[in-house]
Amino acid sequence: MTANQLIRWGLKPAVFAAALVPAATISYLTWAAYNGEQSAWPALTGNLSANPLSDITNRTGLWTLRFLCLTLAVTPLRRLTGWNGAIRFRRMLGLFAFFYGTLHFLTYAILDRFMSLEVPDMTSAASWRALTVWIADDVAMRPFITVGFTAFVLMIPLALTSTAGMIRRLGGHRWQMLHRLAYVSAVAGVLHFWWLVKLDVRRPAFYGAIIAILLAFRVFRARLHAVPRRAGPGHPPVPELGSMDRQRR
Amino acid sequence: MLIKRPTDIPSSEITDKKVYFNRRDFIRAATGTAAVAAAGFIGAKAVLRAQPPAPRGVKFTGLKPSEFSTDEKANTWEQITTYNNYYEFGTAKDEPAYNARRLKPSPWSVAVEGEVAKPAVYHFEDILKGVALEDRIYRLRCVEAWSMVIPWVGFPLSEFIKRVQPTSKAKFVEFITLADATQMPGLRLGSLRWPYVEGLRMDEAMHPLTILSVGLYGETLPNQNGAPIRVVIPWKYGFKSAKSIVKIRFVEQQPVNSWQFAQPSEYGFYSNVNPQVDHPRWSQAREVRLPGLFKNRPTVMFNGYADQVSKLYTGMDLRKNY
Repeated sequence: MTANQLIRWGLKPAVFAAALVPAATISYLTWAAYNGEQSAWPALTGNLSANPLSDITNRTGLWTLRFLCLTLAVTPLRRLTGWNGAIRFRRMLGLFAFFYGTLHFLTYAILDRFMSLEVPDMTSAASWRALTVWIADDVAMRPFITVGFTAFVLMIPLALTSTAGMIRRLGGHRWQMLHRLAYVSAVAGVLHFWWLVKLDVRRPAFYGAIIAILLAFRVFRARLHAVPRRAGPGHPPVPELGSMDRQRR
Repeated sequence: MLIKRPTDIPSSEITDKKVYFNRRDFIRAATGTAAVAAAGFIGAKAVLRAQPPAPRGVKFTGLKPSEFSTDEKANTWEQITTYNNYYEFGTAKDEPAYNARRLKPSPWSVAVEGEVAKPAVYHFEDILKGVALEDRIYRLRCVEAWSMVIPWVGFPLSEFIKRVQPTSKAKFVEFITLADATQMPGLRLGSLRWPYVEGLRMDEAMHPLTILSVGLYGETLPNQNGAPIRVVIPWKYGFKSAKSIVKIRFVEQQPVNSWQFAQPSEYGFYSNVNPQVDHPRWSQAREVRLPGLFKNRPTVMFNGYADQVSKLYTGMDLRKNY
């Protein structure tokens, strides 16, 4: 088996399956909570607290941040170890960040908001309108929701342009510029967490530190490898170094 | 040498019992290690130690029912003792359930100070002397938009206040709670100003709904719920109901409670349950009655105790005095 095959048929499916474990756990816990039950395997799934709504919201949110961290860790890992195979996990991890972000948003939109409507009727346009107004209101009025929603929305174009076809269509350089939105999303995600907690900021600070390190790595590396700009008019600045540029040049 | 044809399964291929069990041990150990590694990564203590409900307390006898009790279904002992906001034992909801084991609720005494005729240190047993304890089943609404129904055991705070005879200068009552780092690991974290302080206006403190609670479900109060003695004010957000009280001061000036000191824009002195006045970061219009998956109830003015307490606030702008 070549290294290529090992990644394709061994490591990638394994990572994929592992990345689904939290979603499976959360789904199971939601189901248990819906039936008013406790987890039957607390050693594996963790216990539901007395507040399942907050458990599910917190778990989906935390996994979004974790997958954002993992996604942003791919490039530094690749540079530090020289293992180029790492890049082949980046899209998958990024899409999982989006996946958990979507679950987090749906938990808020459906469990926390829709089900709080006076009449939560799936078939009624009025219910959906009320939900939209409510969410818009939250996004506009509550800074922690504003940044959280921003973090989520910024991931949508990244997920949509994650295919090989879209990379080709956009061109490597433009694609890469667009996908730097992931940095904004990660920082906004940490802010969202930070502004949510009442006083104890240790956990948001932990994720903030990880993301700060991962972003600092890129800044230092870009500085280290910066190509001096050519003098004179007519020459666009040389784009910053990145894997795509390298392949292109 | 005779070469025997193997029958069906050669004995060499039958797994030795010892190996068989070793293999199970190995899988168990490997699963365990993986779980520990996963837990380490997740940082979720819940994976490793399930929240233990508090051990049952000592039963009180001769408890009287109360006309103020709700007939709503009470939350379970387990829910009430594993989901706590008690920052002295950690900021996560499940931390007090582990950490409060270090609290020593006996012997206990409460110092009464300030504008009173009889400043003194009262032993816990003396506080209860001659007091008729009641079952008081109250709704508890947390400022975080969840609620429970809790069967407290207690007696009106007003009875105790009458005993210590506050002077005419006493306009407010201040509750100072235990802050002992040897018993309370959360104190090392500079999350709130310690000791935790709460306060009430004199008429709020004298209100018949306001109780000093010493028990839960007819038994002595579990540590994580504020053993051995705490105040309960059912029409205010939960943080007003100070736990493990060591000092009661009668003062002329309005006290600055710990949450107000930490975040004055978000937490005020009054902190009455009010669906019309949102917390700056979230709506207070609805709440999740635990355990629940949805915000399954509208929040009611004064947590449903408006008939009894609204007259305390006539003429007051509750939006300003949040």
